[in-house]
Amino acid sequence: MIDASVQPAPPETTTEQLPASGLTTRSMLLNVGPSHPAMHGVIRIITELDGEKVVSADVEIGYLHRAFEKECEVVGWGQAFPYTDRLNYVSPLMNNVTYAMGVEKLLGIHPTERCDYIRVITCEISRITDHLTCVAASAMELGAMTAFIYLMKAREYLYQLVEELTGARLTVSYVRVGGLKADLPSGWLERLNQELDKVLKVIDEVDVLLTRNRIFIDRVKDVGCISKETAWSLGFTGPVLRSTGMARDMRKDEPYLVYDRFDFDVPIGAVGDNYDRYLVRMEEMRQSARIIRQAIEQIPGGAVQVDMSGRPLTGAQMVDAAKMGMTADLLLRTVRVDPTLEGTDRESARRVNAQARNVVLPPKEETYGNIESLMNHFMLIMEGEGIKPPPGEIYIATEAANGELGFYMVSDGSGNAYRVRCRPPCFYLMQGLDKMIIGGMIADIVATFGTINMIAGELDR
Amino acid sequence: MNEAADHPIVARLKDSFGDRIVESHSHRGDTTAVVDAARYHDAVRFLRDDPQCSFDFLTDIAGVDRLKLKRKPRFEIVLHLYSRRHNVRFRLKTRPANDQDPVIDSIVDLYPAANWPEREIFDMFGVRFERHPNLQRILMYEEFVGHPLRKDYPVNKRQPRIKEREIPDDRPGMLF
Repeated sequence: MIDASVQPAPPETTTEQLPASGLTTRSMLLNVGPSHPAMHGVIRIITELDGEKVVSADVEIGYLHRAFEKECEVVGWGQAFPYTDRLNYVSPLMNNVTYAMGVEKLLGIHPTERCDYIRVITCEISRITDHLTCVAASAMELGAMTAFIYLMKAREYLYQLVEELTGARLTVSYVRVGGLKADLPSGWLERLNQELDKVLKVIDEVDVLLTRNRIFIDRVKDVGCISKETAWSLGFTGPVLRSTGMARDMRKDEPYLVYDRFDFDVPIGAVGDNYDRYLVRMEEMRQSARIIRQAIEQIPGGAVQVDMSGRPLTGAQMVDAAKMGMTADLLLRTVRVDPTLEGTDRESARRVNAQARNVVLPPKEETYGNIESLMNHFMLIMEGEGIKPPPGEIYIATEAANGELGFYMVSDGSGNAYRVRCRPPCFYLMQGLDKMIIGGMIADIVATFGTINMIAGELDR
Repeated sequence: MNEAADHPIVARLKDSFGDRIVESHSHRGDTTAVVDAARYHDAVRFLRDDPQCSFDFLTDIAGVDRLKLKRKPRFEIVLHLYSRRHNVRFRLKTRPANDQDPVIDSIVDLYPAANWPEREIFDMFGVRFERHPNLQRILMYEEFVGHPLRKDYPVNKRQPRIKEREIPDDRPGMLF
C-alpha cells in the first residue's frame, strides 16, 4: 500500500524553485540497463536527470561475472585458453596470446620467431575486428545503419580468415603455451593480403560516409570529453587514452613479440571526445594493416606445407600402424593430416613451437611413433600433471584493442595456477564512464558508451 | 627467486623505510618489494612522488589468498605500478596483519584508479579498505554470502536464491 499523503523528499535529488511560476522542479532518476536494447552488453547506469541533462550517474557492473579467475585456479595452465577466448570476445586471439605469453614468462621459455610473427599477425587482425565492431556499433547507435552494415561486412572478411586459421570465429583457442595449435594453412598469407585490400577499401568508404558527415559530427564532437590527466589517473589505456592526446602505446614503449621490427605510427587525438576516439580507431586500423603487411614480408619459415616424402600416410593409417607396433617407419614418414588439423604435423609444429618437452605436446607422428613421446604426451595431459611452472609470480601486459590487457600469475609449482588475475582494459575505462557522461545529454550516454567499447566478457570476467 | 636489494627502486625504498620493507625479490625480470602494512600508504605515496620513482600510473591491484601456500599473514595486496617518465614497472605488495578481519588503507586518495579494483578485492577476498569512498561489492550481488576467491570457498558452492528486492519509494525513477 502506498500512502499518498506521505511524500518524502528524496535525499539525493535536487529541488529547485522556479521564480516566475512558483512551481518546483525535481530531478528524476532513470535506470538504464542492465538489459537495454541500446546497451550492447549487460551494464546498469542509474542516472539522475535534470530535464535532459545528466546530473549524476552511478555505473553498476557484474552482470556477466563467470568466475574466470576462480576457474583458472582449478584447471591446468594450458586448459584456460577457452576461458580467455571469452574475455574480450571481439578480439579473442589477443587474450590467447597474452595469456600464453604470461605462462611462458613464468616458465622462462620462448617460442620460435615464426610463432612470434604469427602472433603479431593474429593480434593485429583482432585489433582491426575489434575497432570495426566498435566503430560500427557506435555509428549504428547514432542512426548510421549503412556504416554498420559496411563495417560488419569488412569484419566478416577477417572472421572468415580467422575461421580458416583456427576453426572458429570467436571461440578460437588457437594459441598454446610455448607455441600455437597449428602453423598457418597453405596460401593463407596471400589470402590475408587480398582480404586486407578489401577491408581497407571498406574503411575508406566508411571514412567518406562518416568523417565529414555533418550529422555525425554534430552528435560526436565535443561530447563525452575527458582530459588527459583525468584519463591517466583513472587507469585509462588504449585508444581512449590516446584520443586525449597521450601517445602511450605499449607496442612502442615496451615492445613485446617482434613489434620493434615494424614501422607504424601511433595516432593520437586532441580533446578526448567521441569524435577523437572515432578518428583514432579509424587510423589504428590502417596502421594495423601496415603492420600485417610488413609481417607478411618478414615472416621466416617460408612455405608452410613442404612435402617430405613421396608416400605420405593418412592419420588413420598412422594410428593403425602404431596400434600394431609398426612404429619404426612412422618417424621417417610424413603424415598427411586431416584438413582440419592442417599445420599440426611434425614439421609445422617444429616451426612454431618452443623446444620444451615439459610444456609443448609432441606432434602426433611422435606420440604414435615412440614410447618416449607417448609418455611425454600423457604427462602433459593427465590430471595433476601438465605444465608446471616453477614457483614465482609474473605480470605480463600487452596492448590489446581496448588498452592494456594484463595478467598477474602466481605459480606454486603445481599443475594448476595458484592465482590468475586478469587486468581488463574495460574495467578501468568503465570506472571513468560517469565522468564522461555527467553534464551531457541523456541521448549522448549511449554514444559515449559506444566509443568506450565496453566488452562485458572482460569487464566482469 | 633472487633477492633484489640492490635494485635501485628497492634501494630507494629501503633508504626511506628501512626494515619496514620486509622482503624484496626479482623473478623473470619483475621486481617486487613487500612493505609492512602499517607503512603501506606512505610507501605508495613515496613511490608516486619521489622523482627517481615517479610511478604516476596504477596499472592494477590484485589480491592473493595465501591459505594453501601456508604462509602468514594470509592475504596479500599486490600493486602494479608504471612510471611514464622512466618507462619502468614495479610491484609493491603488502599483507594485512589480521587474517580474520583483514584491513588495509585505501589508496584511492593517491590513485583514483584504485577505486574499483579495491572494491573488487573487498568483494572477492573480504579485505576491507579503510577510508575507501564507496566500499561495496562490485561483481557479486549484495546478498552474496562469503568471498568467492578465497581458497576455502569451494568452486562448486551454490548460493540460495535471493528475495526480490523492494523498490524504494523515494527513488521513483527506479521503476523503469
